[in-house]
Amino acid sequence: MCLAVPAKITRLDETGHGTAAYMGSEVSANFSLVPLAKRGDWVIIHAGFAIAVMDEEEARETLRLFKEMADASDR
Amino acid sequence: MKELRNPAALRRLLGDIGEKARSLGRRPRLMEVCGTHTMALFKSGLTPLLAEAGVEMVSGPGCPVCITPNGIHEAAIAAVTEKEGLTLATFGDMTRVPTRAGSLQTAVPARNSRLRIVYSPEEALDEARRDPGREVVFFGAGFETTIPSIAFTAKRAAAEGLRNFSILPALWLVPPALRAVLEAGEAAVDGFIYPGHVSAVIGVAPYEFVARDHGLPGAIAGFEPGDILLAVRSVLEQAVEGKPRVANEYSRAIAYGGNPVARALMDEVFEPFDAVWRGLGKIPESGLRFRKAYAAFDAGARLGLGTADPGRDLPGCRCGEVLRGVVRPEGCRLFGKKCRPDSPLGPCMVSFEGACLIHFKYGSPGRSAS
Repeated sequence: MCLAVPAKITRLDETGHGTAAYMGSEVSANFSLVPLAKRGDWVIIHAGFAIAVMDEEEARETLRLFKEMADASDR
Repeated sequence: MKELRNPAALRRLLGDIGEKARSLGRRPRLMEVCGTHTMALFKSGLTPLLAEAGVEMVSGPGCPVCITPNGIHEAAIAAVTEKEGLTLATFGDMTRVPTRAGSLQTAVPARNSRLRIVYSPEEALDEARRDPGREVVFFGAGFETTIPSIAFTAKRAAAEGLRNFSILPALWLVPPALRAVLEAGEAAVDGFIYPGHVSAVIGVAPYEFVARDHGLPGAIAGFEPGDILLAVRSVLEQAVEGKPRVANEYSRAIAYGGNPVARALMDEVFEPFDAVWRGLGKIPESGLRFRKAYAAFDAGARLGLGTADPGRDLPGCRCGEVLRGVVRPEGCRLFGKKCRPDSPLGPCMVSFEGACLIHFKYGSPGRSAS
């Protein structure tokens, strides 16, 4: 039940509700637990609530690490 | 994040893991605490690859549907079968847990009452708003990942002065359960893969006692195959170096301090108490109940439901031992025979995070995934 998905905020109103894009579809979500999040941010959504804002810098770093490992294995 | 499934990178990580396991000179046994990790390990096919690399993975108590004792499930069944004009709203897999009173799905609701499956606790709140003459109960089970959204819903209901909404709480805290598993000592693990989304709320520090007091390594992991292998590699590296800590291998989603807004909300609405877990028994300060200011929203008190008695498992069910990491699903004589996903005898065969269901679907050799 701790299944959660990463999604990008597409709409956010003043009540803390809005929508986010996840794998080609839009889902409604409550963003009250991540008050600093804004449109365009990536968040983790669980049971209809965003619980974390993703750190793009850290995400890029992880991707870089995997690209390096993939390249090293290919050689 | 398809890069985190790149076969060349995964092979490289598995190679590193095999090397570290060999240099440890024994077969390390790691507990993945979270049921969603169990699912990810089996679905991606990593479990046999890790076994080949010399690492044994064992599932932990990270399935809220499973660790909620039958007494609470039976209280939910009593609510919908005995009270008229009531909606019992809950998450989908809560409805199929078998008890001596049947399951929520087999229960016959009282007059004008019904069972409703929801994705978010806010859907239950919406129904209470729309229909003030109807009693709406949200049967909420969850760990720290889910608890803030349930707390939000209670606070919202209080702010709006709703008098027909309440919550039957089955709320569990992960760190006290880890302490209980460690103090029991029977799971004999060499390290932990910590849950990703629980950590989004609680952060890194609550696990540090495992390294400090028990000398065991651990790492927080995301849910892509690459995330899990990074975490396994980190745990083995810590073991080889003899420097246990809590590594954060899911840093794109997990901040060291977690989500303080979510924690403040949990703390405002709920307080810890000594709760009884299926399989693990009573664990100090491991469950949450309503604080006095929110007592009006406690469905147990409001409807006079007996939730204190943990109830009994169905005869022969070993879900409790599976949750402690002392028995594998295949070690239960009911597994795959009398107990199957279409005729479950315990919650571990019901929940999408239940070890028995996952082993049945993906685990046993010779059985095709269904």
